[in-house]
Amino acid sequence: MSLDHENNGALHEKLIEEVLSQYPDKAAKRRKKHLSVATHRDEIGEAGKVLSECDVKSNIKSIPGVMTIRGCAYAGSKGVVWGPVKDMVHISHGPVGCGQYSWSQRRNYYTGMTGIDTFVTMQFTSDFQEKDIVFGGDKKLEQVIDEVEELFPLNKGITVQSECPIGLIGDDIEAVSRKKAKEHDKTIVPVRCEGFRGVSQSLGHHIANDAIRDWVFDKKEVEFEPSPYDVNVIGDYNIGGDAWASRILLEEVGLRVVGNWSGDATLAEIERAPKAKLNLIHCYRSMNYICRHMEEKYGIAWMEYNFFGPSQIEASLRKIAKHFGPEIEDKTEAVIAKYRPLVDAVIAKYRPRLEGKTVMLYVGGLRPRHVITAYEDLGMEIVGTGYEFGHNDDYQRTGHYVKKGTLIYDDVTGYELEKFIEGIRPDLVGSGIKEKYPVQKMGIPFRQMHSWDYSGPYHGYDGFAIFARDMDLAINNPVWDLYDAPWKKKAVPLAAMAAE
Amino acid sequence: MPQSAEKVLDHAPLFREPEYRQMLAAKKLNFECPHPDQVVADQREFTKTWEYREKNLAREALVVNPAKACQPLGAVFAAAGFERTMSFVHGSQGCVAYYRSHLSRHFKEPASAVSSSMTEDAAVFGGLKNMVDGLANTYTLYDPKMIAVSTTCMAEVIGDDLHGFIENAKNEGSVPRDFDVPFAHTPAFVGSHIDGYDGMMEGVLEHFWDGKERTEAAGTINIIPGFDGFCVGNNREVRHLLNLMGVSYTFIQDASDQFDTPSDGEFRMYDGGTKIEDVKAALNAEATLSLQHYNTRHTLNYCAEVGQATASFHYPLGVQATDEFLMKVSAISGKEIPEAIRLERGRLIDAMADSQSWLHGKKYAIYGDPDFVYAITRFIMETGGEPIHCLATNGTAAWEAEMKELLASSPFGEDAQVWAGKDLWAMRSLLFTEPVDLLIGNSYGKYLERDTGTPLIRLTFPIFDRHHHHRFPLMGYQGGLRVLTTILDKIFDKLDRETIEPGVTDYSYDLTR
Repeated sequence: MSLDHENNGALHEKLIEEVLSQYPDKAAKRRKKHLSVATHRDEIGEAGKVLSECDVKSNIKSIPGVMTIRGCAYAGSKGVVWGPVKDMVHISHGPVGCGQYSWSQRRNYYTGMTGIDTFVTMQFTSDFQEKDIVFGGDKKLEQVIDEVEELFPLNKGITVQSECPIGLIGDDIEAVSRKKAKEHDKTIVPVRCEGFRGVSQSLGHHIANDAIRDWVFDKKEVEFEPSPYDVNVIGDYNIGGDAWASRILLEEVGLRVVGNWSGDATLAEIERAPKAKLNLIHCYRSMNYICRHMEEKYGIAWMEYNFFGPSQIEASLRKIAKHFGPEIEDKTEAVIAKYRPLVDAVIAKYRPRLEGKTVMLYVGGLRPRHVITAYEDLGMEIVGTGYEFGHNDDYQRTGHYVKKGTLIYDDVTGYELEKFIEGIRPDLVGSGIKEKYPVQKMGIPFRQMHSWDYSGPYHGYDGFAIFARDMDLAINNPVWDLYDAPWKKKAVPLAAMAAE
Repeated sequence: MPQSAEKVLDHAPLFREPEYRQMLAAKKLNFECPHPDQVVADQREFTKTWEYREKNLAREALVVNPAKACQPLGAVFAAAGFERTMSFVHGSQGCVAYYRSHLSRHFKEPASAVSSSMTEDAAVFGGLKNMVDGLANTYTLYDPKMIAVSTTCMAEVIGDDLHGFIENAKNEGSVPRDFDVPFAHTPAFVGSHIDGYDGMMEGVLEHFWDGKERTEAAGTINIIPGFDGFCVGNNREVRHLLNLMGVSYTFIQDASDQFDTPSDGEFRMYDGGTKIEDVKAALNAEATLSLQHYNTRHTLNYCAEVGQATASFHYPLGVQATDEFLMKVSAISGKEIPEAIRLERGRLIDAMADSQSWLHGKKYAIYGDPDFVYAITRFIMETGGEPIHCLATNGTAAWEAEMKELLASSPFGEDAQVWAGKDLWAMRSLLFTEPVDLLIGNSYGKYLERDTGTPLIRLTFPIFDRHHHHRFPLMGYQGGLRVLTTILDKIFDKLDRETIEPGVTDYSYDLTR
């Protein structure tokens, strides 16, 4: 099959119909808006037609009881945006669970001496007890901050990541933060990311972005010698080292990465961000807010880019270089040329093993669209994709990536995803830990596309080689052929029946 | 350029290549505004001192690296041990994503649970509507036999009344009137995951037993295992022993199949678990035995209230703990402990005798849930080892007293200290100031291993970074063999690592040990 393939839209329409028929009416009506089949670019804009290639309702409340895969605002703030800032102590403020379950789980790599000047893979909590709920937790928070200062004096600042009860019992964490910041002469950031706010992780990202604006920017004199090539990398959480595999390229083309948000970041990198010349944004969903703010207030332009797979890396590098002019553009071409043999060798090795293999994705942030071309660089085809917590502007951006007939599912439920996968029987599914084992039980290869399944990096040229290797080892492992006991008759998959 | 298609380097080797090391050093120097190296080194040394330890142990409010989770995790685990049961957690939805991930990362298995997805409006108006819609959706989509409802702290803080809500939902037809919806209030700000387990177990039993006539079936026994990341191996081992004895028993809550489904092309959302009919019939048992006392305090009280004899154990592992468990079962059931079990016991003793010289006098730090710490401490002393630090973040004063009594019962317990309510950052100070040979705990202990150099043995939930350990038992005599072998492997591997330098330690690198 060529890359101009069309997906089996008819099958996908039928699958949507089938899953919806299983819901109670009220839920079916609500879920219907989240599921669709991508139309062709040319068909868009016709009277009464959809607005984008994959138009679904998004960023609205999940339905109770259907097994949404989404997380919460706390996960968006502590887990995603703030947690990776390495020289700050992030207090999970409230009961013990939230901090415990998110402890060391996002693989935000960093350098430093953990527990001494660096604190990412630690779980700091105020461990609320009943009395804290009844009498309020502000006094306790004050004491927690004092104890952090005493035991971890090299921290550069503290954030207070609110868990559900904080907003419900009326605590004033802002007042505590102000008071303690003055007392200890430290940056202390209260974040109102209680898990019940909003409909997913997404509002937590936004709240965390706002907290940077309100509690970090313009609070200190920042001494910094600027250069014309200063950029911030925004929305790269350095999962498995992604940001490092990106930084090495940006430095090679002659740029100076003065801040990386927020993987391997220090508070200093965040404070100086407004002095950069350009914001390069990878995960648009989680950090576009602060980029828009920096554009408005400090006049810093921002640009989206994509460092998954050679096609997008090249296009992105050229786009970035264009912003800086001929000198950087020349260096960029040299860098692209330098890595070409690696890319060619990786594709020569892996493409024949992966050509024509079909993939279903269900991830968060940017990946449901950003990784599509990386798969296509290896000859693979995306047959379905969707976002846990995307907004309308994410789906608009996705239209450019997907082929006609691609199944689109927003805030997919456990039931839907299982039925879609069963019906389509793709060669690979890329999603999260909760989805991994059900899919593998079905005999379908799987890669976690949040944590890179404990591998990575996947960004940049170095990362692409790893990505290709990992997709190959997932799909071409001999275990998938051992599922059926030889004395048992094999069942015919649904997709094969539909094709007949 | 370090990367190549022939030999693809992922993160572990890639970032140790010179290109990346130089880049990261330059990043630090130019952009991170770090503390001077000497300041960092000094602080690091300071954290190893008694002075730091005193400050560390004096903490009253801040908790760092605790070894406990919150109540609903225990409730979700408990529900997974019943036939076709879906956990329904009432409150914010992010919590459920966390419980599912946490369980999946340990078991390497699917973990299903749903949320009532309460948001800001529900915080104001209460979550009744979420319960009504949610139960209907769960019932229709996931075809459960039972829905077990627990709560996140959000629902608890706003005071949602589960009993009333479930009644309302039934009245509105969300699920049939006679459909089983047991529930437990599981506030995260009280106790820990083991209390959530207790709450859900009590909720399930009350649901099926309240108001029912009990006709005692003499000699029959209920077994409640408690929250156990090794349930897959352990429950099967306990069954093996009870089957050998020919006891009539019911496991109430058994997640061993749910968290160990085969890969054969079919995803089983539900597998195994205690049958609803069996839970009902278990009311008539003569006795209910809990394998983990601190997981079942309320549940066992309830069992006693309905007229059952009760007894509890501390994770029966090792020789004497298994002896006691079997003798209790024998006393209640009237069944003899058969020769086959005596032989199993003898094999464990044999192994301990064979290896005693390597174990005698070894010093240990042990942490985990209260019953587990008790069990391991006891077994370590049976091997001639010396527990030095016994820590349970969710340990109570009663646990501390029981531990001290246990330690006082053996000369090997003389130097031990019990740390109830302390966390793993406290353990770090303990290991620096009063070092031990081996640390027994879970995956979180790897940071202690890195900081203090104490070899870590992973024997309790959660184990994220090693695979399949939970498929093998720790309980019973055969479980004891497994624990023994694991400890010995760690000791021998360490000794080999320390004597492996060619031309330097060609001695001591012995072929036979």
